[in-house]
Parts: sequence; C-alpha cells; structure tokens
Amino acid sequence: MAKRLFVKGNEAVAMGALEAGCRYYFGYPITPQSDIPEYLSRELPKLGGEFIQAESEIASINMVLGASATGVRAMTSSASPGISLKQEGISYMAGSEVPGVIANICRSGPGLGGIDASQADYFQAVKGGGHGGYHIVVLAPASVQEMYDLTMHAFDLADMYRTPAMILADAVIGQMKEALIPNPRPTLNLPEKNWVVRGRKHGEQRVVKSLHLGDGELEAHNWHLHGKYDELRKKEVMYEEFMTEDAELIITAFGSVARIAKTAIMMGREEGLKIGLLRPITLFPFPSEIIKKLTERCKKILDIELNTGQMVEDVRLSVTCGTEVSFYGRPPGAGSLPPPEEVLKVVKKYI
Amino acid sequence: MQQVFKRPTSLKDVATHFCPGCHHGTIHRLVAEAMDEHQVQPTTIGVASVGCSVFLYSYFDIDVIEAPHGRASAVAVGVKRAKPDAFVFTYQGDGDLAAIGTSEVIHAANRGEDITVIFVNNTTYGMTGGQMAPTTLVGQKTSTSPYGRNKSKDGSPIKMAELLAQLEGVAFSARVSVNSSKNIIDATKQMKKAFRCQIEKKGFSFIEVLSACPTNWGMSPIAANNWVASDMIPYFNLGIFKDSTGF
Repeated sequence: MAKRLFVKGNEAVAMGALEAGCRYYFGYPITPQSDIPEYLSRELPKLGGEFIQAESEIASINMVLGASATGVRAMTSSASPGISLKQEGISYMAGSEVPGVIANICRSGPGLGGIDASQADYFQAVKGGGHGGYHIVVLAPASVQEMYDLTMHAFDLADMYRTPAMILADAVIGQMKEALIPNPRPTLNLPEKNWVVRGRKHGEQRVVKSLHLGDGELEAHNWHLHGKYDELRKKEVMYEEFMTEDAELIITAFGSVARIAKTAIMMGREEGLKIGLLRPITLFPFPSEIIKKLTERCKKILDIELNTGQMVEDVRLSVTCGTEVSFYGRPPGAGSLPPPEEVLKVVKKYI
Repeated sequence: MQQVFKRPTSLKDVATHFCPGCHHGTIHRLVAEAMDEHQVQPTTIGVASVGCSVFLYSYFDIDVIEAPHGRASAVAVGVKRAKPDAFVFTYQGDGDLAAIGTSEVIHAANRGEDITVIFVNNTTYGMTGGQMAPTTLVGQKTSTSPYGRNKSKDGSPIKMAELLAQLEGVAFSARVSVNSSKNIIDATKQMKKAFRCQIEKKGFSFIEVLSACPTNWGMSPIAANNWVASDMIPYFNLGIFKDSTGF
C-alpha cells in the first residue's frame, strides 16, 4: 500500500499532475494557488519537464495550448481573476479541441474581491466561461485526497474527450493539510492522439484550429461539440451520496461546504432528523439524473453554497415536479464559512 | 532546358486569397525558401495569428496551430518547450504582434526562446478593414484615424525590431522590405539567417518585414509599393538591429 502523506490540497494537485504524466506547467502567481507553481517549479526540472512562470495568465494558458497541441500533457493553475484572463485561451482550446488541465483555486469576487474561500466561480466554470457556447469538464474536489485523484482524472477526461478540464476548488481545500494516499494512476485505454501537430515528416499535414469559414462547417463543428457534451453527460457524471436513502430533506452542496454539510447531517441524525447529502463531484457534467431520481421520493432539497446562489439553478432544473428547493448561501468574504450548527439551524427551518 | 526558378516545396500549389499588390504572397515565398534551404519543413510547426495571415495552413505544407489574437508567441513557446527539436515559427501582423500581443512577444524574446517570429508590418489592420495600427505612420489616414494619426493623441508608430533588439534574449533582430528586387534579395538573406539562428539554438530571432496593403491604403498596387519606399522606409529603417549569432 502506498505511504500516507500529510500534504496541502494545492500540493496534492501538483502531485496528481505529475503522477498523471504531466511534465509541462505554465502559470502565474496568485493567491491562494501559488503552492502549485512553487511545487512544480521545484519538481519538474528533476523529471525533465518544463516550468515557465509566464508574463501573464493569458500567456500561460496559450503556452498550455501550444504544448498540448503537440500531444504532451500540460497544465496551468490560477485563482478567479486569473481564470477570467485565461477564458480566451480556454475558449480557443475548446474550439480547437485541445486538451489541458486548469486548476482554479477560487478567490472571492467580483473584481479583486478577497482571498477567502468562495464558490462564486461556479457559473463561470460550468456555463462556458469564455465566448462561443461550449463546456469544459469541471471537477470539484472536497478533500486533499480528491485534489490528487481528480487531477489525475481531469487529465484522462481531457485526453479522452479532447477538451479542457478544470479543477474547481477553494482556499479551504487548497490550503488545508490532510492525509493523502498517493495511489498510482489507473491505466486507461485512451484514444490515440491522431490529431496532434508533429511536423510533416510523420505524415499528412495537421492543423489545430478553431476558425471555420466554409459553408456549414462551423455549424457542423458546433453540433459535434454538442454531441461530445451529451456523451460526457451520459458517461462521466460523478457524485457522492451520503445518508440519502431515508432522507426527508437532502442537502446539495459541492466542495468545501459539502464537508460542513456532512458534519451538520451527522449532528442532525443524532437528533433523529432524516437528512442526507448529494454532493456533485462533476459540476459539468452535472448529476441531474440522480437528483431527479432522489426527488421522486424526497421532496425537500436544501442547496448550500459559498455564494448567493449559482448551482441551485441547476438543481432546480433537475428536480421532479413538486420538489421544494430552498437555498442557503453565504456570499464570499472573511468569516463567511457557515459552521455546522448554523447549517443545522437552516435545515430545521425547512425540514 | 534547366529550370532555374520554381515554387518552394514548402509552399502548396494553390492560389492565395491575398489582394492584388499585397506583399504577403512574396513574404510567404521568402519564408518557404528559408524553410527549403535549411530543410526544416519536415519538422516545422507554424503558429498562425489572427488577421490576413491566419490562413498560413492553406499555403504552407506544414503542421500549423492557430493562435488567439496576439498570442502566437506564447503558443509557440509552449510548442517549442514540448518539442525542442521542432522548428517553430510565428507569422504575425502588426495589430496582432505590436498591439494586443506585445506582452507575449516581449517576454518570449526576453527569455531567449528558440523560436523565430516573422512580423509583417503593413501599418494597418488589414483583415478588419484598415483601422489604425500601432505602426500607422503619423498623419496616415485610416478608417479609425480619418484625420490622420495624431502624434499627440495616438503616439508615434512603434518600432518593434529596434525595441526587441534591446533585450538580452534576442539573438537576431532585423527589418527588411520586399518592395524592390534589391530589398527582396536582402530580405531572403536575413530570413534565412533568422531561421539558422533557431536551428543552431542561438536564441530568439525576429524579422520585421515591411509590407504593402493597397486595398486598405486606397492605392493601386504600384502606388502602394512606391509608398513603402517613400513613406515607410524613411521611418521604419531597414537593417539589422541586433546580431549575436556569430555567423
């Protein structure tokens, strides 16, 4: 069995990336994610990899685009305002179907906001983020272990579906130290990268591009991308269910706040309250089907987020008729993490 | 009979979309000749920019990545770091490189990345219809400087070849023109040198090529060609501004 380590969430992202075979990192400093470039600037040279502290977030995502287009695994990381700058490049990567992993250890916003834990980038992450109508894979770890595991998974999904994939976490998960078992990367049958640029000596001309001016070309391309998103919805949804079987109220929450909700649920269960948790792990594709299934029986949902209400919109679109969806959110900012006692108080109001 | 002039093998046998009198076609040929001379076409990965130059892949028989506007240098850096044995170049216009992409080109140059940047300066945004570029000459009328570029408000045209020559990481920086046979001969020589610079891993190579844009300048091809000599070259002096290649 692999050794148990005691590491920060951000370090787990970097370690997961290395285990996934990523040897190219391009980034720019920003709190609270700087442990990722710091770790990789130390480790990548030892492994024959490349680390560039780029001039900007914009340049770094474009370096990822260039490196990934040659077939290697590459990544970048940032936090909210930096992720906004990367959206142009992410849109081009989605359009030209270039894989790559982006870790967003969110800050609170809008604007410069603050550095506190926040889930205010949910909309930006799952609804496209940049221009042009696309989706990227979005994974939401709730522990240091998941930071590691899901980073590896992000690389696999990115390659499998030729899409950017994002780790969406916050300062709580990124800065917290927890036990980590660095399991080796699972071996998967990933498709051959028969689209990457490599030079004509290897065969026919290859072009990685997102411009489509021919009659009907762009429409066909968009339907192709749409088909890919449908396939992701069918095959790649991940979630955690906790005490939902007999629940009379189910909390929906992702990432750090789902941990708080779990504690609240255990406290409530001791008092005899029948409550459970549905934690989406993939935010895109969103676990709509399970929410639909659960709400065929349980008619009360309480969505909890560290924002003023974002994922709750997707929850509302997923539930069956007659389900009462309540929301409890804390806008990002200092002191905004709700303690379990407070969550329990809200649960009692709605159950 | 011996054939003394033929299409470079790196260029496809297709007609370009460029306007009559545009210099892109000639510049494409010079790039292809340099590619042939150094036999790098089989390992070349080109990075296309946004503007008239985006269709690089339609004319060059090479693998190409299309970069977002201004980001070609950063994309090229990603390619080169991942594939150090590939020959990597960008082909960018003045709006792309000297306005929105200044940060990317300056820092790629400053890090001394082993890439070659071909910068086509025609003093205007060609593809979008002739708006004022950072290289538009003072007094020059464009669709967004209808009274002529105003030095006090718009500043003076930016001299990229001279600016980049100041950076330690740059091994070669030159400005050439293709408006006359004499200048084409010199441009061919410098283009080949810029390529060799990367092949021998000497550092960042930059070559600025002055180009006519008759359509957006509102001139005939001949008048536009003459304007390069009469108006552009006096401000954008031709020459080598840095050469630490040692060859």
